[in-house]
Amino acid sequence: MTVLDDSTAPGLVGPPNSHGPRRDPAPLLPDPEPVRILGTPAAKTFDAELQRDLYRRLVLGRRFNQQATTLTRQGRLAVYPASTGQEACQITAAMVLREPDWLFPSYRDTLAVVARGVRPLDALTLMRGHAHSGYDPYEHRIAPLSTPLATQAPHAVGLAHAARLRAAADPETAEDLVALALVGDGGTSEGDFHEALNFAGVLGAPVVFLVQNNGYAISVPLASQSAAPTLAHKAVGYGIAGRLVDGNDALAMHSVLSAAVEHARSGRGPVLVEAITYRLDAHTNADDATRYRSAAEVAAWRARDPLTLLEGHLRAAGLLDDAGVAAAAQAAEDLATEIRAQFDNPPDPDPDSLFAHVYAEPTSQLREQAAELAARLDADADAATAAEDEAR
Amino acid sequence: MSTTMVAALNAALRDSLREDASVHVLGEDVGTLGGVFRVTDGLAAEFGAQRCLDTPLAEAGILGTAVGMAMYGLRPVVEMQFDAFAYPAFEQVVSHVAKMRNRTAGRMGLPITIRVPYGGGVGGVEHHSDSSEAYYAHTPGLHVVTPATVADSYGLLRSAIASDDPVVFLEPKRLYWSAADFSPADVSTAVVAPIGRAMVRRPGTSATLLTYGPSLPVCLEAAQAARSEGWDLAVVDLRSLVPFDDETVCAAVRATGRAVVVHEAAGFAGVGAEIAARVTERCFHHLAAPVLRVTGYDIPYPPPMLEKHHLPSVDRILDAVARLQWEQ
Repeated sequence: MTVLDDSTAPGLVGPPNSHGPRRDPAPLLPDPEPVRILGTPAAKTFDAELQRDLYRRLVLGRRFNQQATTLTRQGRLAVYPASTGQEACQITAAMVLREPDWLFPSYRDTLAVVARGVRPLDALTLMRGHAHSGYDPYEHRIAPLSTPLATQAPHAVGLAHAARLRAAADPETAEDLVALALVGDGGTSEGDFHEALNFAGVLGAPVVFLVQNNGYAISVPLASQSAAPTLAHKAVGYGIAGRLVDGNDALAMHSVLSAAVEHARSGRGPVLVEAITYRLDAHTNADDATRYRSAAEVAAWRARDPLTLLEGHLRAAGLLDDAGVAAAAQAAEDLATEIRAQFDNPPDPDPDSLFAHVYAEPTSQLREQAAELAARLDADADAATAAEDEAR
Repeated sequence: MSTTMVAALNAALRDSLREDASVHVLGEDVGTLGGVFRVTDGLAAEFGAQRCLDTPLAEAGILGTAVGMAMYGLRPVVEMQFDAFAYPAFEQVVSHVAKMRNRTAGRMGLPITIRVPYGGGVGGVEHHSDSSEAYYAHTPGLHVVTPATVADSYGLLRSAIASDDPVVFLEPKRLYWSAADFSPADVSTAVVAPIGRAMVRRPGTSATLLTYGPSLPVCLEAAQAARSEGWDLAVVDLRSLVPFDDETVCAAVRATGRAVVVHEAAGFAGVGAEIAARVTERCFHHLAAPVLRVTGYDIPYPPPMLEKHHLPSVDRILDAVARLQWEQ
């Protein structure tokens, strides 16, 4: 029994505004074991069409991770931090959000960004290197991918808080939105993670923090990262609800995350969800994971691949047959073909873009520097033309 | 009417809150207490606790929250309680506040005003006296502004809050209680204090002092004292370190052919080094002497009983002026 199962607010222990004990921590505590639905009776009552939808999306997600990794090998993508093995987290993070909601991804969450509707090329712009971010944050309600860890978490708090301020000031334009911040296990050690959870608790902002605990911060295992009973327990210190879920169980992920998001939406406060998952690939294509984890460990987690678990369950439940698997695979191939096509044209970033958006209006110094670069490029182009003419 | 700098800043915040519902003040002790320097006095009472929010004591959280608020269309005005207390927020300032517009190709600007009481000369402890302007000025994407007069405190803060870009607004705490005849009602901010324009505070013919913030009154005093030495010193108040007003500064230096840059912050790799370089690059053939600097020493901020030796003084400024190669 946690606070999420209970519509009543946790009771105050002490008098209002006392600085003695103020709150009973018990309702905020995560369950002792991660929430699982696959293989439990609850799976039987889980909406069948939603299960099939989850399967199709996970297959697409896996193919996206594979194709992006392939693009790095071909030199068409500079770097890709894959979320292979974490697709249940990525896909459900996008699925549980409604139109007015906001997503605050980290650099490993490209798949969640694509799953919320961004064109793959635009989601991968940062990794391709022709611009820092390829999509309009306001069109998709997704903040740019954040590279500095956990620094986007307080942004989610501020945006959610601002939405509530506006709703109070102007009910006409009120948006019952939720901000979902994606953080990794390493990110929970950052000061910004702590400050974001503390602000969220104090402000009562409609925020959900999803920690994808994939066991490693690049090479450093969780045991060297935190001595907390679970990362979800950290919520209790901020007076917010903690939830622990099997991040490779797509049904449990969808169930726990949507409950958390609707909990926050209804004004009952923020939620911290820890999803226990595993990064099947290396940190990025530039990393060598064999230096810090054993083949046996990886093999054990491959056996708990979220896609395999879900497919096995769906087949056993009679919700998926060979034709369904083939159709999902074909859709995934179509996606891969589309991604490759998007990457066919080599990028041609405009050097003038270096100066155009530093400020709303470029300073006189930036105008001078832009002119200097433009003159240099013109001279280079003239020299190239002259050399060509001479060669002829 | 006699108004202190604190009162002028308070009036600027009040008028901004009144005119624009998207303006929100947040920081430590800014609500009930009115701020440790009372700059936000009465704002929570007039506009409510949500428009002038007492936050948890965590500067990165304050600024990170402000970033999210700005993403949603609000105009946060953040108070960092002291110069050295702003450092925990530095990552948010450098990695997000300064870069978000550029990162998003202009789609997401962050109109955040970051108020930072700065500088020494108030007998404060070590971490209440830093001049941190160079850290911010070195970060592309930020405007960095510092008023030196009561009128500019009002006008520049109004401009900062109205700006669509983030502005680090450095308040010289040494001048908080300085007073001048000033009434906010008389002011047209666009005319009085646009961001990016320096102002000649005193015309002169012998040499030009280039300064800002807490050092302006010292420079004006030095200019007054210099008259008995036969020097007629011009004094330029930079007001805006970023964007930098090359035009006004260079015109003022060319007019005299000699320049001294004065600031409290340590000299090495400081704002004065940039100014001296810019002036030299642009005015070389008008200069009769190298551009000199009078700055704080390259030391951690000294204890209060020794700070008088560290801060630029009238004597140190006049000594620098004397070294401007007058006997050629």
